[in-house]
Amino acid sequence: MSTSNESLTESSGTKHPQLPGEPGPETLLIETTRKPEKSRLSLALQVLIRTITPVALAIVVAGIIIWTMGIDPLKFYGDVIALGLGGTGWQKTLTMMAPLLIISLGLIISFRAQLWNLGYNGTYLLAAAVVAGTAPDVMQSLPFGVGILVLFVLAFAIGAGLGYLPGLLKAKYGTNEIITSLMISFIAISAANILVKGPFQDHAVTVPQTRVLDLDLMLPYIPGTRIHIGFIIAVVVVVLFHYILTKSSFGLKIDILGASPKAATHAGIDAKKMIIIVFLLSSGMIALAGAIDMLGLWGYMRTNWNPMYGDKILPFVFLARLNPIGSIPLVGFYAVLATGGTIAAQQVGLSVDFLLIIVALILFFMTIIEFMGNRKDLGKSYLPAGLFTRAKK
Amino acid sequence: MNPQSAVPESDIAESPVIIRLTDITKSFPGIVANDSISLDIKRGEVHCLLGENGAGKSTLISVLAGLQQPDSGTIEVNGRPTVIGSPNVSMSQGIGVVYQHSALIPSLTVLENLMLSDSDNFWLDKAGATARLHELGELLGAEIDPDMQAGDLGLGQQQQVEIAKAMWKGSEVLILDEPTSMLTPQAIDNLVASVNRLKAEGLAVIFISHKLHEAYAIGDTVTVLRGGKVSGRIDPAEMHAMSEEESKARILEAMFGTNPEAISSDEAEAAGLVVEEQRRQIPADAPVVVQLSDLNTTSRSGEIPITDVNLKIHAGEIVGIAGIDGHGQQHLAEAIAGQLSPTSGAVTLDSKNITKLKVKARQHLGVRYVTDDRLHEGIVGTFSVALNLVLKKVGESPFWKFGRMDKAAVLGEAHQQIADYEIRTPSEQTRAGTLSGGNIQKILLARELSHDPRAVIFHKPTYGLDLKTVYRVRETVRDFARSGGAALLISTDLDELAELSDRIVVISNGRLIGEIPNDGNRVTERVGELMVGSKTDLARTGVAHEHE
Amino acid sequence: MIPFFSDAFLTAFVVAALASAIPVMLAAIGETVGEQSGVLNLGIEGLLLIGGYFGFVATIVTGSFWLGFLIGALASIILSSILMALSVLLGLNQIVVGIGITLAGTGVSSVLYDFSYGSSKPRLGLDAPWTIPFLSDIPVIGPSLFAQPGMFYVSMLLALVTSIWLYRTTSGLRLRSAGQKPSSLDAAGGNVAVTRSLAVLFGGAMSGLGGAYLALISAGTFTPGMTHGMGFLAIVIAMLARGRLLWVLLISLIYGLFVAMGTVLQLTSLNIPNDVVTIMPFIAVMIVLTFFARRSALPAALAIPYVRGAR
Repeated sequence: MSTSNESLTESSGTKHPQLPGEPGPETLLIETTRKPEKSRLSLALQVLIRTITPVALAIVVAGIIIWTMGIDPLKFYGDVIALGLGGTGWQKTLTMMAPLLIISLGLIISFRAQLWNLGYNGTYLLAAAVVAGTAPDVMQSLPFGVGILVLFVLAFAIGAGLGYLPGLLKAKYGTNEIITSLMISFIAISAANILVKGPFQDHAVTVPQTRVLDLDLMLPYIPGTRIHIGFIIAVVVVVLFHYILTKSSFGLKIDILGASPKAATHAGIDAKKMIIIVFLLSSGMIALAGAIDMLGLWGYMRTNWNPMYGDKILPFVFLARLNPIGSIPLVGFYAVLATGGTIAAQQVGLSVDFLLIIVALILFFMTIIEFMGNRKDLGKSYLPAGLFTRAKK
Repeated sequence: MNPQSAVPESDIAESPVIIRLTDITKSFPGIVANDSISLDIKRGEVHCLLGENGAGKSTLISVLAGLQQPDSGTIEVNGRPTVIGSPNVSMSQGIGVVYQHSALIPSLTVLENLMLSDSDNFWLDKAGATARLHELGELLGAEIDPDMQAGDLGLGQQQQVEIAKAMWKGSEVLILDEPTSMLTPQAIDNLVASVNRLKAEGLAVIFISHKLHEAYAIGDTVTVLRGGKVSGRIDPAEMHAMSEEESKARILEAMFGTNPEAISSDEAEAAGLVVEEQRRQIPADAPVVVQLSDLNTTSRSGEIPITDVNLKIHAGEIVGIAGIDGHGQQHLAEAIAGQLSPTSGAVTLDSKNITKLKVKARQHLGVRYVTDDRLHEGIVGTFSVALNLVLKKVGESPFWKFGRMDKAAVLGEAHQQIADYEIRTPSEQTRAGTLSGGNIQKILLARELSHDPRAVIFHKPTYGLDLKTVYRVRETVRDFARSGGAALLISTDLDELAELSDRIVVISNGRLIGEIPNDGNRVTERVGELMVGSKTDLARTGVAHEHE
Repeated sequence: MIPFFSDAFLTAFVVAALASAIPVMLAAIGETVGEQSGVLNLGIEGLLLIGGYFGFVATIVTGSFWLGFLIGALASIILSSILMALSVLLGLNQIVVGIGITLAGTGVSSVLYDFSYGSSKPRLGLDAPWTIPFLSDIPVIGPSLFAQPGMFYVSMLLALVTSIWLYRTTSGLRLRSAGQKPSSLDAAGGNVAVTRSLAVLFGGAMSGLGGAYLALISAGTFTPGMTHGMGFLAIVIAMLARGRLLWVLLISLIYGLFVAMGTVLQLTSLNIPNDVVTIMPFIAVMIVLTFFARRSALPAALAIPYVRGAR
């Protein structure tokens, strides 16, 4: 996409020798491609509209779908909001945001470098399984703070381990990371199940699951609420990485790598090392989310459980334009939808997988708005320029 | 008298018009690429279309090929008004196009590339295609192995395949877009011979170029485009009457302006009219700045690596590297710049071994690289001009402090460089990718030549640029050498190499196979001979490398 | 329990291997054609599930297996037309749209199944096999290879026909050129958008057939999420095979053998979780990718939208 201006420049002939000071076609071309000056307010409004439109359209279309199934969409969505925000719903929503925020950060890190780390489901699950399986022992034998730290580090290390191979293969041989990370994901999902059915199984119960962690060994609640402090940890980590990614030279190097690995190498950035670092960080974060979720919310893990958080958060990461702080309200929105939607769906006899349809619709509408945006200059793209053309390399 | 005209000029004047363009206009946002262009293409003529980059030649070809639709104007083919709405229509009207950038698919065989056009056949007809290729091969005077992968052919042969492809369905008009830009003098001779054979068969050939001597040598009719308009035309009778100098002067006037005195010597020189005076002598005792000893690399993804490269570049010297594109030039440049670590051998800078140093460390020592892939390697198109100017200093003082950018320092640097190198940009905040190729090149030059450069690799520094920038870039290269720097000039343009270099080293298949001092004695011819002499050798081993 | 290595056991083993191999093979053929034309379809998983669900419904309603396959293929063609519209015609990101297709297919099939059959959970009967005379009398090979449901033979035929089409016809050559260098096809008078659109729809149809095969023949029923990553395996198989359909067939068969061996392992008294079986193909693929096929030769223009004139 970014090349279209340039191709015009090349093919349509802008390279006449010009007299200095005379506005030649080249300058004209630049003028026409520059966005007209707009006030900050209208620009912000535009961004808001572009972010909200795909979501709104998806909600409407999903409503029509359930309406054809004989469910009143207005009542359904009313229930979603009531259950997701009302009563103690908002506390459940914020609790759910804890892992989602960290996973979205993990995705943002890799997508900014234009690396498609699609291993999120398995990475989250394997870390969650190991943390759930070892937490009862670790937390009983170590002081609370140390125990939590050890488990966080353990989870991060598992994620980094899972991210290492796709990163290494990509860096060394250019092997397509979409495929390798997906394969790793399926391996990790099965591995998590094997662990829960095997070494970590609690034989006291018939259903294969890990031992349940004592409530007082889990992450404490924020005083006065039922929200565990994992939410605060998540917000702090996201804000911290927001500044690292958008303001530091390290973040800029990731962006350069994302824009063009060739340019990165040329500029003296060790692209291979950066690819591996990005994969370690990204997968490590996603795994950390598994630890926070287990230690804060669940306290144990069942087999064949896969919340598919990464898939569900994917459109919101793009809608936030890979901006970590920008992802917070969007993840919040999804958390309301998921918290309220799960119960509301059960109440009307709808499969919880209905959420997947909404997420898919958001993805589709997002790309359509993206297309209209390119045509009609509706502000910036959701995806960083070049994410299209570089995907294959 | 134009020596190569097979058809007498008077015959061409009377021969029938195949294609008549009337008032063709095509605009793109912000620019009129073709501004009411009218042209007649006649049977049995070579019609040269001249003009510098951006004059509207490419757009005109796109219109004839059916890739672009004109905003207004009419096209008549054999007297009938025709709308060339798609490449299919263009082909069925007997128009065959050979594009400047290869349209062959390198991973397919020659035959498969040709059969791509046989849309009427349900089954692939190998026997029929082989026979047709043989027939066209005889017509062109070329022998082409139908089962070779297109990517393994030499450039001259690729071009013959492209011509065969364009004529596959019996073309009446053949359009050749800058066909000589990558060829050796010997391959150009073959091409000219083929063109003359086609002309003798009664075909019309549209020959696009920006080089005057080619137009004179091969053209019966010359049309000059400038700023999207026809700015000059020489018909066969006039061509016949004029001497070479007269015709060149006339074309030059049409290309650059009505007043010949106003044409700067720079432009004339860049167009290949004037040959620059001999380079001054490099003192015999000039110190060696860069030395490559037995340098080897391995291929990562099919490019040709370098093998046993030994080279010295002295202070104040410009060493030219000539060779067919893709014959190890990239590895050579990257191995010096530090982007690629050699498998064996050494790189020294001012007698200091820098083989183990990476890009950044070499940059600090003054090793700089002006890459040929300006758009995707040299800059980050989505970043501002200012950021691109400090792209190689990310995280370093004075532009970064404790990991955070010092905006004032970056902007200060940008203002300075934009002024020094006359980078034409609306502001330092403009995305670099929206600038023209020439201004992007100026960004690269500004970045690489600032902060004490010692040895600079210029990789195809003028490729695809407008003449003014070409001149400017060449002057920058000279200035750098005059100031005592060591320059390595990698180019496929032999004229450019002869103009700038002190000596020219020929690279072929990753090896340096010979050296010609720039003594003014048939330099381009001798370089070309060296390049061709290696051709058979290269075809064989080149294949082996690409399949590693 | 059937004794090991008896004829009956070996027959059941081959039948089980083929039952797992065919759905993956069909999907991988579809993906191969898509990849060769330059479209990376990451939505195969969803297309399999949609094809499986609608094929299942059609067979339940009509009682006809053939109608089940037809409806399954049609349903997946419809879902894949989203990829065609957004990624091929509008040139939008193939990865994002592909993931969307996977999510949509998973979601829609699960929601509809839950809604219509969630409580009854019906099963299908066996599809009557086509018994090839004489050949089916050969021990082991006969009953396993030559007494299969009709769709088995059709699948094999589809593999053969697709291979001939890709490599022996002009339209096949043009399709491959769209994946290598679309500008060349454009210059040769071909239509890149149409070529790629047809390839995507073909891929949808093949995935639909694969999903229907999985539900109607292999499993005898539909369950939400029954593919367990099979669609992504099909994508990898297509990549490893590099456009050669014989390889697609062979790798799919190896996958089928893996699964069948896992089933055998479970029949033994060893207490091995099912996941040990499901993990195997993915580990095998990772080993291949890590040590042998680091640079799988993908079509040069894969996943790159074609815009005339853009560089």
